[in-house]
Parts: sequence; C-alpha cells; structure tokens
Amino acid sequence: MITDFELPRGAGMVRLGPEDRVIIELVPEGARVLDLGCGEGDLLKALTVIKGARGEGIELSDACIQACVRKGITRVHHSDIDEGLANYSDESMDFVLLTNTIQVLHKPLQLIKEMARVGRKCVVAFPNFGYWRVRVQLLLGGRMPKTGRLPHEWYESPNIRLLTLLDFREFCRKAGMRILKEIPLRTGGLGRTRRANFMPNLRADVAVFLLEKEAPK
Amino acid sequence: MSSDAPKREFEPGSVGLVETRYFNFAQPPGELTLECGKKLGPVTLAYETYGKLSPEKDNAVLVLTALSGDAHAAGYHADDDKPGWWDVMIGPGKGIDTDRYFVICSNVIGGCMGSTGPSSVNPETKKPYGLSFPIVTIRDMVETQRLLIDHLGISVLHAVIGGSMGGMQVLQWAVSYPDRVRLALPVATTGRLSAQAIAFDEVGRQAIMADPDWKGGDYAGTEGPRRGLAIARMVGHITYLSEQSMHQKFGRRLQDRAEYGYGFVPDFEVENYLRYKGDAFVKRFDANSYLYISKAMDYFDISRPTGSLRAAFVGVKSKFLVISFSSDWLFPSAQSRELAQALRLNDAEVVYTEIKTDYGHDAFLLESGELSAIIGNYLAFARDGGDRKGT
Repeated sequence: MITDFELPRGAGMVRLGPEDRVIIELVPEGARVLDLGCGEGDLLKALTVIKGARGEGIELSDACIQACVRKGITRVHHSDIDEGLANYSDESMDFVLLTNTIQVLHKPLQLIKEMARVGRKCVVAFPNFGYWRVRVQLLLGGRMPKTGRLPHEWYESPNIRLLTLLDFREFCRKAGMRILKEIPLRTGGLGRTRRANFMPNLRADVAVFLLEKEAPK
Repeated sequence: MSSDAPKREFEPGSVGLVETRYFNFAQPPGELTLECGKKLGPVTLAYETYGKLSPEKDNAVLVLTALSGDAHAAGYHADDDKPGWWDVMIGPGKGIDTDRYFVICSNVIGGCMGSTGPSSVNPETKKPYGLSFPIVTIRDMVETQRLLIDHLGISVLHAVIGGSMGGMQVLQWAVSYPDRVRLALPVATTGRLSAQAIAFDEVGRQAIMADPDWKGGDYAGTEGPRRGLAIARMVGHITYLSEQSMHQKFGRRLQDRAEYGYGFVPDFEVENYLRYKGDAFVKRFDANSYLYISKAMDYFDISRPTGSLRAAFVGVKSKFLVISFSSDWLFPSAQSRELAQALRLNDAEVVYTEIKTDYGHDAFLLESGELSAIIGNYLAFARDGGDRKGT
C-alpha cells in the first residue's frame, strides 16, 4: 500500500489521492513521466521517490509551481497545456499523465492527441459525472450536482467539460486511442477505496484510464 | 554626546554594516584579453560579501547586478540611510539567507561603481580612459568574476543569481563554467536582447551623445552630459515599469497644481517622477559607463557562437530556476519560456515560473514574498531534489 510520506529537512508532506496511488502502481521503475497540470507536485514527487522516475511537470499556477519547488522538484514549467505540447518531441516520454484536469480543458481532443504523440503511454484520471450521487442530485433535486470531487457552484466552476466513463470511452475511439486498462474507483464514503468493476459508470466516482495510441492501419 | 557614537542598530533581517572590497588583478604584462580582442589591465572589481563561507566552501551564492547596480546589494555602509539594492532579498532569514549562504555580490567592468570602467584612469596616459576604454561584453564581465571566485578560493558556486543584465551573466556563467555552478537562477532576463530592447538602449545612448556636454566622451573634470544621461534614464525607467503600474502610481494626476499649466512645465506627476529619477541617476552614474554597459547588453546573444539557443546550452550541468514577470515588456515572459525550453531540450533540470505582477521588469527589485519564497526554497531544496532518490 502506497501511503502519504514526509519529505526530509522540513520540505513538507506528500499527500496522495486514491487515483494517485493507482497511477504510481501503473508507472514502471525509472520511467520518464510528464505530468500535465501537476498542481503542487505530490504525484510527481511520489513518482520520483517511489519509482525513481524522471518526473517533469507542466503547471499554469505560479502558486503551485512555488509548492513544487518547495518539494524539491527541479523539472516543472509554467505553461498552458491548452496551447499544446509543441516543445515536447515525439515519444520523448514513457508516460504522460493528465489527472483531474481533462474537465477544465478547452481543447481536450487536441491535447489527448498531443499526449499520444509525446508519450508512449498516457494516463487520464477524471471525476465521473455518471456517478450515482451525481445522477440522483440532478434527477431528484433538479439542480446541478455538487460532490466532494466536483464541489463548485455552476457559475464559478472551473470544470467546463464534465464527462462520464461512457463518454470517455467514445472520446478515446474518436481520438484514436486504445484503452489498455480502465480502473474505476469508489472513493467516497467512509470505507477504503475499492475498485468499482461492476456497473462502473454508476458506482465509480473517479476512474483511471491507461491508454496508448492505436497502431496506424 | 560622547565621542564614541552609539553602536548603530539595524532592523531584523539586515546584514548590518558592510564594506565594499576591491579585487585588483590583470597587472601588465598579464592583462585580461577581452572578447573584442583588446587587452585591459590592471583591472579592479568591486564586490561585497555577506554571511560566512563554510569550511567546505560549498555555500557560496554569487549575486550579479543589473545595468546600474553596484556591489552594494545588502546591508548598510557607514554613511548610508538606505540599504543596498537587493536588501529585500539578502539577509538573515531572507530569500538568500545569509545565515546559510556566503553571498558575494560582484560588480561589472565597464561600470562606474568602483570597478574598472571608462571613468577609470588609464595607467599609460594617466588620464581617464573615456572612449579609449575597450568594449566589454557580458562574457568579459563573467571572466572577471570567475577570477574573483578563484581568488576567494571557491571552486563550485552553490548558486548564481541575477536579474535583468545580472540574469545574462548567470546564463553566461552556466555556459562558460558548467562545472562551477550548481544552481543557476536567471531572473527577468533573456538569452539574447530583442530588437525592441536594443532600440531603447540606442535611444538612451543617442540622448547622451547628442548632449554637447558629452564632448565625444572626453568630459572628465566637467559635469558631463547631465541632460543626456537623465533622458537616457527616463527612457530606461519607462521600460522598467508597466502600463498598469504607471497607471496605478500616477494616473493623470497633476503635480502641485489644480489646473493645467498650458505650457511646457511639468504638469503631470509622471513627468515629475521621471525628471526626479533622471536627476538622481546623474548624481551616481557615469554617462560613458551607460554607453558601455548598454552596448554590452545589446551584444549579448548566448546563441551566437552556436547558432541556436538549444545548441548554446549543450553541456550545461547546472540546475535552473528561470523566473519571469507577467507584466515585464522589456524582457517578456516568452523570452524566458524560450530559454527554459532550450535548456530542457538539453535535458537540463529546469523550473520555469512566471510570477503574476503589475510591476513590470523592475518587479525583481521590489519586496515580494513570492519571489523571496521561490528563490529561498529553490536554494534550499533543489540540491537534493534530483531525479533519483539519494542524488
């Protein structure tokens, strides 16, 4: 079990979400990893410490980059991933990660193609809008749902591209991506995080997809 | 009052009383050969140090100056009311923490702040060099600093930091001496001066050279081209601010009057401010030095020897923290981004951040919790934040 851990010399804690733990298991030892929208760098740092990865991040918020530096991360670039990955050469990464970020992008289709160009494999994790609690709020309450993972009011939410697992599968077909693994997770409630392999689009509040580019026909 | 003046008290976080020191070298016949091919010697380089060098000599941080900066970066000289130019950044517990680091601030040759420059006396003629002073480049400045670091017995610098022209020197250090710079922090700078920045420099130089008091650079013993230099500084100062910061600071407010003067008197606060800045600059800076140093910046193009920025950074070994400011239009963020990417393509470990601010290019000199924090954290944590555990 991969747990949160403390960094040496007062550099603070590395805190991992359930989907982060799944991703760390997916990434092989020593991989070259690019984390798009790396936030405060917890996953990136965990990958370098636990997997000896050569981790690199892209982040738009200077406050988040500040937090990355505090964790001793030495590869992170201020950039807007909606503008693409033009400075990253083809297959220069083993893994390109997009965690809890696809729902805020303006051009997700363009970005997923860029991810497939730069990385041999891609990982996308996102909150599932098909989750039953979301559905119930809309169906019975008649209002835009708010959950722990999607906590914002509709008028101030950065999440402009809400999607379900079914939507994402179709999106992958359209983008020419093959789904290698689909890991739906139930993280809500009091219990431990579990896989939601049965009726995932209803029972998972978050999912991790491992993808690769379909071989050209 | 007794003749023993009471011991001067300094605010917490100040390095206290400091003195400028002078490193003299390149005595003939061992003159320094400059990039332009000419020789210069003897050479004096002004510098200050703060904090203590560790017994392992592994905690040295070299701070480099912008166009008009001097070696006095922090603390107070005996006759100072105001502290050094980067006192907000350097001191005990500050971004560059003098409790942990031995900080060296080196001035540049070509200047007029105690280092050899056009106003120095040429030992051959016993007269000030004036325009007979050879053209110096950023690479020449770095070469003299390298000799200073040798002189101080330091083989590897923990970090080299500088803003604006100081950032150019940082880049040159990392390229010229990859094994001697652990962390390189170029702030609000560029790998090559843009046409726009060269253009502004040229306006400044023309203002100086068009002043009849400049006398072809041979104005020693007179007041010199005061008007020209003041105008050069006024133009420069506009480029250091931003449209937003000027609007916030001055707007269209009138200076000491309720109505327009309907004449060519200084009506607006902003006019008054620029005149004040120009006049203050004339008191402390030499016009010929302005010509030489601005020219050194114009010539700076780290990619010139190799043809591309990417090729320029082949072989760099330092880790980089590249910082730009969102409202800096003299050295816009795009130029720092380009630098960071060129370094990244050479597999260098690079953090690039753009700090959001309205203060324009000058933001690096101002009190900023964010800038101090990122520099402090980078100096402290980048060292063991390598790719792999334990490196």
